[in-house]
Amino acid sequence: MAISTSIWIWIAALLTLSIYSFLYKDNPFYKFSEKILVGISIGYTVSIYFHNTIIAKVWNPLVHDHNFLVIVPLILGLLMFSRLFKGKAYLSRIPIAFVVGTGCGMSIPSSFENLFKQVQGTMPQVFTIGNIIILIGVLSTLIYFFFSVEHKGIIGKVTRVGITFIMIGFGAAFGATIMARISLFIGRIQFLLGDWLGIIS
Amino acid sequence: MNIIKKLANIDRRIIFIVIAIVVIIPLIFKPKFPIVVSEPVQKAYDAVNNLPEGANVMISIDYDAASMPELQPYLEALLSHCFMKDFHPILIVQWQLGAPLGTQALEKIAAEYNKEYGIDYINLGYRPGYVAQMVGIGREIRTYFNSDYKGDLIEKYPVMNNIHNYDDIDLLIGLEAGATGQVWVQYAGARFDQRIVLALTAVSAPDAYFFFQSGQIEGLVGGMKGAAEYEILVDKPDMAVAGMAAQSFAHMLIILFIVFGNIAYFVDKRKKNKAKGGIK
Repeated sequence: MAISTSIWIWIAALLTLSIYSFLYKDNPFYKFSEKILVGISIGYTVSIYFHNTIIAKVWNPLVHDHNFLVIVPLILGLLMFSRLFKGKAYLSRIPIAFVVGTGCGMSIPSSFENLFKQVQGTMPQVFTIGNIIILIGVLSTLIYFFFSVEHKGIIGKVTRVGITFIMIGFGAAFGATIMARISLFIGRIQFLLGDWLGIIS
Repeated sequence: MNIIKKLANIDRRIIFIVIAIVVIIPLIFKPKFPIVVSEPVQKAYDAVNNLPEGANVMISIDYDAASMPELQPYLEALLSHCFMKDFHPILIVQWQLGAPLGTQALEKIAAEYNKEYGIDYINLGYRPGYVAQMVGIGREIRTYFNSDYKGDLIEKYPVMNNIHNYDDIDLLIGLEAGATGQVWVQYAGARFDQRIVLALTAVSAPDAYFFFQSGQIEGLVGGMKGAAEYEILVDKPDMAVAGMAAQSFAHMLIILFIVFGNIAYFVDKRKKNKAKGGIK
């Protein structure tokens, strides 16, 4: 492989190096790249939302299909902007109430179904060491977060077991976070050494 | 003791350089590291591999460029697996900035296997409002996806002829960089009994293991490590496998840092206690 001749690869490589230059110290190259990233991301998001929401869900049904029912959600959406006008800000409560109401209506039954499946998963059908550890871990952690009883005596001992499980959980999450960050760095190095410089294939 | 104190207060930029060297060298010299396939990844592979002929596999792109090194290798390996077995991938996107990544991988792998758009696979693109959409697909997918990512009506594509709701989707695979996977489990899984496999970034993976343990998801592919295991399973080692040696060396170095940091902390504490006149 040889060094890339594509202008886009060069731009991406130089922007990557500019972002990493922050590790040395804050500098104009980093700030420039950061602003480009934010600007492009927002621009792209707005354009996607415009085409998938305003055009697909409002303009096309209204103008081409003559479906006037979409005026209802359109008005609800527009009422959200009433927050920008001091005297009329209360009108934004209507769409918010609608969103909260439908959100709760959709999520509450599913949350319960989800919760029951988790409870079922905690009840071991076969007594293996793994299942017993899960059972002890769940119970002791739940008791740790039960603050109506002072954590003394037997409860205190159980909560010590609970906090140990919580710490193991934090440790696993921290280890996974390190793995994720290193993976991102590996991805960038693969790009710089492979796509840009052509050192690795 | 003086060395320990000096090293404990080392400039963080030197640590960055050491980590960079430890990552770059294995990527250049490519030492071979054994990759052992874990149970959650094996089950994710089996869930796909055991699907009936011509199965419809819905793949949800719920990540963006920030998670590309972790999830893109898995997406490519998964698409290869689907095309090898003549399944029909149906790509949808829940994170708008992930749309180009999904399209890029789909077009690349489909070309490798000479698959035809609209007949063997389809890209439905991004639609806003993922919760309503997840529930809506349970009734009729056309309510939300009546056109593909180019804006063409899906009726003209034979691959979508018999697909209306979750009953027609044999397996849903979510590639997740955030909490969207949990929402898939909550709505598509709990409400519609949709079979689900999740592939997550390493940061998000610990939040999904309990779904795997409870059987709410059939397999779990975590981070670049999971992607490397999947590449091994489909016998197509690529970017993730190439990155695993660097990953392992970087982890060893970080473990050394942690051990050393703790030794330095306890030595320093002991010294301070001695200076105060007693060891606790």
